[in-house]
Amino acid sequence: MEAYVQKKSAEELKPPLTSVGVIGWVRSNLFKGWFSSLLTLIIVYCLWVIVPPLIRWAFIDSLWLSTGAECQQSDGACWSIIPANIRFIAFGFYPYDEQWRPFAAMALLVALLFYSRNRNHWKKSLAYAWILGLFLMGLLMKGGLFGLIPVETTQWGGLPLTLTLSIFGLTAAYPLGIAFALGRRSKMPTIKMLCIVYIELIRGVPLISLLFMSSVVFPLFLPEGVTINKIIRAQVAIILFTAAYIAEVVRGGLQAISRGQYEAADSIGLSYYLTMRLIILPQALKIVIPPSVQQLISAFKDTSLVVIIALFDVLRTTQTVLSDPKWMGFSAEAYIFVALIYFLCCFFMANYSRKLEKELSTEEH
Amino acid sequence: MKENTGASTRTPSDKVAFLYDPRIRSILYQLSVLAMVGLLGYYLISNTHANLERQAIATGFGFLQKEAAFEIGESLISYSAADRYARALMVGVLNTLLVSFIGIILTVILGTLIGVARLSANWLVSRMAAVYIEVFQDIPILLQLFFWYAFFYEILPMPRQALSLFTGVFLCNRGLVFAVPEFHPAHIYMAIAFVAGCLSVYFLRRWARKRQADTGMTFPVFSVSVGILILLPLLAWLAGGAPTTMSVPELKGFNFQGGLNVSPEFSALLLGLVFYTAAFVAEVVRAGIQSVSKGQREAAMSIGLRPNRVLQLVILPQALRVIIPPLTSQMLSLTKNSSLAVAIGYPDFVSVAGTAINQTGQAIEGVGMIMLVYLFFSLSTSAFMNWYNKKIAIVER
Repeated sequence: MEAYVQKKSAEELKPPLTSVGVIGWVRSNLFKGWFSSLLTLIIVYCLWVIVPPLIRWAFIDSLWLSTGAECQQSDGACWSIIPANIRFIAFGFYPYDEQWRPFAAMALLVALLFYSRNRNHWKKSLAYAWILGLFLMGLLMKGGLFGLIPVETTQWGGLPLTLTLSIFGLTAAYPLGIAFALGRRSKMPTIKMLCIVYIELIRGVPLISLLFMSSVVFPLFLPEGVTINKIIRAQVAIILFTAAYIAEVVRGGLQAISRGQYEAADSIGLSYYLTMRLIILPQALKIVIPPSVQQLISAFKDTSLVVIIALFDVLRTTQTVLSDPKWMGFSAEAYIFVALIYFLCCFFMANYSRKLEKELSTEEH
Repeated sequence: MKENTGASTRTPSDKVAFLYDPRIRSILYQLSVLAMVGLLGYYLISNTHANLERQAIATGFGFLQKEAAFEIGESLISYSAADRYARALMVGVLNTLLVSFIGIILTVILGTLIGVARLSANWLVSRMAAVYIEVFQDIPILLQLFFWYAFFYEILPMPRQALSLFTGVFLCNRGLVFAVPEFHPAHIYMAIAFVAGCLSVYFLRRWARKRQADTGMTFPVFSVSVGILILLPLLAWLAGGAPTTMSVPELKGFNFQGGLNVSPEFSALLLGLVFYTAAFVAEVVRAGIQSVSKGQREAAMSIGLRPNRVLQLVILPQALRVIIPPLTSQMLSLTKNSSLAVAIGYPDFVSVAGTAINQTGQAIEGVGMIMLVYLFFSLSTSAFMNWYNKKIAIVER
């Protein structure tokens, strides 16, 4: 008997050209079935119709450094409105010669944010650096010390105002939100009731009604002769509004913690405060990172609503420029520029939260 | 045995033990919080009283009966400057409801389409949907509203050079103008026929369910219902004499006459709200569909259900349970965001109430009414949602 064993290995066959590589990818992702092919063709046609004129408008025919009069003659986009008015858009009515100060403050802020991105830098010294940094920024903006000319907060505007409202809004709203969330889960009926009423009341009304409240009703609440700056009143309204939403997010995290964790903390004799600080909140807050970032992003976008109570944030300064007869009619360009600022900020926040979430989740293994 | 915790292990007269009793402590905490809230309230109210008296501002809701003396651009009910404040505010509420209602319908349609497109196997379609979601979510709604407003007033041409999208539909800086059928009694018959159709569909469905439960025979409810809903109004239209006259917009002087004119403010508000909220709804829909595991579809296919029955009986009921609660909160946020109309001059409730505050100086009542109206919308919606959630919740053993 002779055994038939194949000694020689079979010739390797490559997969057909049409199922791998670029062609294969195109076939399986763009032209799989008649419906998919139809959709692809429709989208390609739409892009073909829309994109070339858009590129022509935005880049080829556009003007970047011209006067408003030249822009009126041209067919393309008039980006010149941005460089010509950038200082007013960015800083509003801040005294012209002192505008290096908000610029320096913003640069400091960006540097701090950039440094804080890396989680290896999250130590106690970073907290001190932030406190020092915020103090320096406040000093730079407000002046009055070390030979800096004092600048009233009523003259603040543009990007620094947007950033101030967002950063203080977010940092103050978070702890307040946690407090409300804990209060809502408290066993004491009075405190629970108060927190529920507060959270549901605030979540049921639009932010703009709170801003109205801060601008027209709040002055009536104060005793005669006492006035509080309009910016601070708006800031408080934003904080109170955001805190209610943060509270609901945090509550979701608290509910996800199993009873065993509370019981374990009780059994080793931790007080309420220590239970929360050491056992419950570290776990709960980690769970709610993605929804909290969503809240932070929406709070950041919501700061633009101060336009309605006539504060000069970056959107309002842009509108002021647009009402200048020299630059009238270029709203699209100006709004696209502002939209880009907001988009980039939100996009980075969202990306960072995704990264943070990934880092925190791998640590568990 | 409950009494045996805390204080009772020590002598009752011990003062420290008294303070360390958790129940006593909890009562003390609550009393102090209540006292603080009460004091704060008293302080604010007394200040307000003093201020109101000093500035001689009237209080109470008496102003609602006074003449409003301002015009409102668009209104669903007849209104003139001679009417009372109460009626002006009513106009505002109706305008808010109108824009929210139309906005919610359009948002759900657009959001669902984009959410499904995001999950498409077609790479180009899913990329386009992703770009849409990312861009529209990350730009503040107010900025989008300003953009659309500028789009209508700066980019669109005058009525004389109006863009004609289809015959009878024009787009210009006076808004969207389109032809509508001229009023005819037959339209009322059609509406009655439609309502009758809805009722008969409801009873048909009940009957079909009962029959299926009793005998196991199915009935093509969906196609028959669609037939009824189309046929009945059509019959009414024919019976009414089949009127076909249309009110077609015609250019007279500087503006269009006839047809239906949707103002630029309303259009800008609607476009902004719909495009913004649809991006969020798309994410909700995507998450809902993804939450149904693949095994469910495979199991349904393996017992021989047709693809549309799989969707109808297995996928949708489970996906909807995940989708509905966040979808409701998106609808509510659309309603609340419609208050931004004040920034582009559409007379919604906030804008009318703002005018009233400016004219009467009664800020507390005005802002209070704004808050109450929106609270009413929110609370009634969430009450409805709780009821609905209970109805569709998974029945566990």
